Amino acid sequence: MNSQKLALQVRKDVLEMIHRSHASHIGSAFSVIDILAVLYTYILKYDTTNFKWKDRDRLILSKGHAGSALYAILAEIGFFNKSELDTYYMNGSKLSGHISHKNVPGVEFSTGSLGHGVCVATGIALALKKNQNKARVFAIVGDGETNEGSFWETILLANQYNLDNFFIIIDRNHMQAMGDISQVLETGNLDEKIKSFGWNTLTINGNDHKELLAAFKTNFCNCKPTCIIANTIKGKGVSFMENQLLWHYRDPQGEFYEKAKNELECLDNAK
Amino acid sequence: MRNNLVEIICQESQKNKDIIFVTADLGFNVLNAFYEKFPDQFINVGIAEQNMTSVAAGLSLEGKKVFTYSIGSFSTLRCLEQIRNDICYHNLDVKIVALAAGFAYGALGMSHHATEDIACMKVLPNMTIFSPCDPIETRAVTRAAIQMKSPCYIRLGRGGEKNIHENNEVELNFVVGKAFPLSLGNDGCIFSTGAITSEAQIAVKELRKKGYHLSLYSFPTIKPLDEDLVKQCALIYDFIIVVEEHQINGGFASSIADVLSNIYEKHATLKRIGMKDQYTSLVGDTNYLRQQYKMDAKEIIRVYMENKI
Ligand SMILES: Cc1ncc(C[n+]2csc(CCOP(=O)(O)OP(=O)(O)O)c2C)c(N)n1
Repeated sequence: MNSQKLALQVRKDVLEMIHRSHASHIGSAFSVIDILAVLYTYILKYDTTNFKWKDRDRLILSKGHAGSALYAILAEIGFFNKSELDTYYMNGSKLSGHISHKNVPGVEFSTGSLGHGVCVATGIALALKKNQNKARVFAIVGDGETNEGSFWETILLANQYNLDNFFIIIDRNHMQAMGDISQVLETGNLDEKIKSFGWNTLTINGNDHKELLAAFKTNFCNCKPTCIIANTIKGKGVSFMENQLLWHYRDPQGEFYEKAKNELECLDNAK
Repeated sequence: MRNNLVEIICQESQKNKDIIFVTADLGFNVLNAFYEKFPDQFINVGIAEQNMTSVAAGLSLEGKKVFTYSIGSFSTLRCLEQIRNDICYHNLDVKIVALAAGFAYGALGMSHHATEDIACMKVLPNMTIFSPCDPIETRAVTRAAIQMKSPCYIRLGRGGEKNIHENNEVELNFVVGKAFPLSLGNDGCIFSTGAITSEAQIAVKELRKKGYHLSLYSFPTIKPLDEDLVKQCALIYDFIIVVEEHQINGGFASSIADVLSNIYEKHATLKRIGMKDQYTSLVGDTNYLRQQYKMDAKEIIRVYMENKI
C-alpha cells in the first residue's frame, strides 16, 4: 500500500473507531495521519513479527491523544489484527483513548500527559548512541504541546549531546485545546526558535506526502538533531472538521458521521 | 461538578475583583461561563502546568485569590514541587482544582486517571483538601475555599453528576473539616469521599432491602479530617468500610487509620475499598473500571456481608 492509500484507509478506520466508541480527538488524529503514513510506509525500519527487534526505529507519539491514528496504522500494517480496532475505547479493550503500549505490539511507549514522550525519546536516542545502535528515534509533538517547558528542556539537551539520530516532528495545526495557538499562547516562528537552539530545521506542508518524504530524506551531514515543522490542518480530510476546534472534542454521529464517511469515500474514488 | 464550581466562582467574582482564574488550556465549554463575564480575571497560560502554578503563587503574593485548573494529575503531580515550595510554604491564597478524580475519564487511559493526588496533596503542610461527592457539596466547598486565605485543593469528578444529598442542608451548614451523614443505622458504617460515594449510597440502599441499616458519612473535607466523628464511630462499630477512588496507600483511608492509631480503647478495624497499589491499565468507562478494580457497590456489599457478625 502506498502512503496515500494507507492514510485514507486509516482516516476511515479512525472515523469508525471514534464514531462507534464516542471517543474524542478526531481532529487531532486526522491532523497527524499523513505524517504517520509516510513514516511507516517509507522511512521507519520495523518488523511486525518481532516488534522488539533491536535495530527497529523508535517512534513515540508524544501527542498521545491522537492514539486512534497510531493504533489504526499499526493494525493496517500488520502489527495486530484489525478487528482489535473495533474495541477501541470500549470496556475490556487494550486500546485506551491515549496511546497505550500495554499488550499492544508496535506501540513503543504510553503517553497522554503532554510534554513527556518527547523527553523520553531523547533518552532513547542517547542510549542508542551509547549502545552504538544505528536505529533512529522519531517523536511526534503537537504544537500546543510545545507550551510545556519540558519540550524546550529536551531541545537544549538533544543539541548538547549531538543527537543526530533524533527527529522531532511538530504537528503544526495552529490549534490547541482552548483555541488557536495565536490566541492562547503565541509560539511564533518555531523554525527559527528551534534552529537557534542548534537544531536542523525544516518547515513543510505536513499533509503533503511528497514534502514529508523529502524532509525525512534530507541529509544535513552534521551531527545535530532535526526538527520538522509540519504545517498541518486539524481535522484534515473531512471538510467540516477542518480547522474546527469543536472536533477536538466531538464524536461524529448521525448526519455528521454519514457526511464524513461520504467525503472519505469520494476521496477514495477520486484516486 | 465542574459547572457548579464555576457557578460559585462567578457569583463570588462579581463581588471580589481579586479573584483570578488560571487554566492550563483546559475547560472548553465549561469555563466560557466565567471568562465571558470576567475576561480580566481569566488567564490561560497554555499547556504549562508548572508555569501555571508558580504564576499563581506570584499573583497571590500581590494580593490575588487564585484558582488553578486542569485534569487530576496535571494540576497536582505535574507541578508538585511548585505547589510545595511556591504555594504551601508561603501559605498562599491559591486554590488548586483537579478534574476527573479517580476514573472519571474512564477510557481515556491511565494518564488521565487521578489515583495518587490525595496522597501527594495531603502530605503538604498548610494544604486543605476538599473532595465533594456531588453538586451540592461542590458548591459548598468552593464557597468555603474562597472564604479561606490559605492553599486548598479541590478534587472534582467531571460534569453531569447527580445530587447525592437529598437537600441543600450541607450547603447551608457547611463547616470545613466536618463529615455529613447520608444515612444513619446501627448495623454498620461506611465512610466515603468524592464521586464514588454514589456507589456507597447504592450499597446502603441494597443492604437496607436485605434488612441491614448502615450509616454512611460523606467526607467533603479530607484535611483537616473530622477526627471526632471518626473516633465516635470507631468506638461504636466493629469495622468501618472506607471508600475512595484513589490508591488506598496514603489516601483517605490512611488518614482514617492515622486517627484510629491514637485510640487506646478497643476500636473498629478498617475495610478499605480503593486502588490496591496498582496502575489502572485496563480500558473502559468509569463504571467498568470501578467494577474491575473492585470498588463498586457490589464489592462494598460483599465486604459488608463477609465481615458482619
Ligand atoms: C500535561 C497535559 N495537559 C493538558 C492536557 C489536555 N490536552 C489534551 S490535548 C490538548 C491540546 C493539545 O494541543 P496540540 O498539542 O496542539 O495537539 P493537537 O490536538 O492540536 O494536534 C490538551 C491541552 C494533556 N493531555 N496533558
